[in-house]
Amino acid sequence: MEDLTKIVADLVIDARGTACPGPLLAAKKAIGEIESGEIMEILSADEGTKHDIPRWCDKIGHEFLGFTDLDSYTRLFLRKA
Amino acid sequence: MANEIEKQVEELEKKIKQLQKREAKDQISIIAFSGDLDKMLAAMIIATGARAMDTEVKMFFTFWGTTMLRDPKKSGKGKNFMSKMFGCMLPKGSTKLKLSKLNMCGMGTAMLKGLMKKKGVPSLEELIKVAGELGVEINVCEMSMDLMGFKREEMIDYPNLKYVGVGSYLADADESRIQLFI
Repeated sequence: MEDLTKIVADLVIDARGTACPGPLLAAKKAIGEIESGEIMEILSADEGTKHDIPRWCDKIGHEFLGFTDLDSYTRLFLRKA
Repeated sequence: MANEIEKQVEELEKKIKQLQKREAKDQISIIAFSGDLDKMLAAMIIATGARAMDTEVKMFFTFWGTTMLRDPKKSGKGKNFMSKMFGCMLPKGSTKLKLSKLNMCGMGTAMLKGLMKKKGVPSLEELIKVAGELGVEINVCEMSMDLMGFKREEMIDYPNLKYVGVGSYLADADESRIQLFI
């Protein structure tokens, strides 16, 4: 497992203003903007996102790197397949 | 002996090909029947979410569900008295749908819409727009349209909208892994 606090993402998506299915739709939309192997970070204040994004990665084939909880939101990291 | 094995392999290959044809696709088939705001929200959230998961989506709008697809800015021509009555009494588009519970003469619906906005939940109108962008296929029951007296020219502009019958729904459902009736 990589040290998440040291990861510098190639693209950061701020989906904190939206609830389900907003963060998932934002991730889907943004993933096209990065190349295979690059890292995307998603910021979400929606609790469900922590479960949804790993399942999404699983299905599509992206590598889910993990998440860190902050006070009011979560940072989620993934590497594009 | 070798001949027999060859024959068996051939038969197995044939069988596998047949089975592969019958295998359900990564596709969801949703019947949107109710036309209630809460239920249509659920249907559209699932539909857009499914596209985000790279699942094909086929929606079949029938009965009260078709009211969600009416465009309030458009109107149909050449309607008879009954069709006009129906048209008047039924919600004219997604913004006019009501909650299936706690509507309380519209108060509940207004309260829910306020809450959704506050909590960043996309509105039904936003979801329909996103669904179009993501390639959610909307099929409308021709018979329901006819029954309610809705005309094609009064429906919303949607990139992937078709008017079909129950056969199309069944064909779509037959090849879908997930089926929902909402």
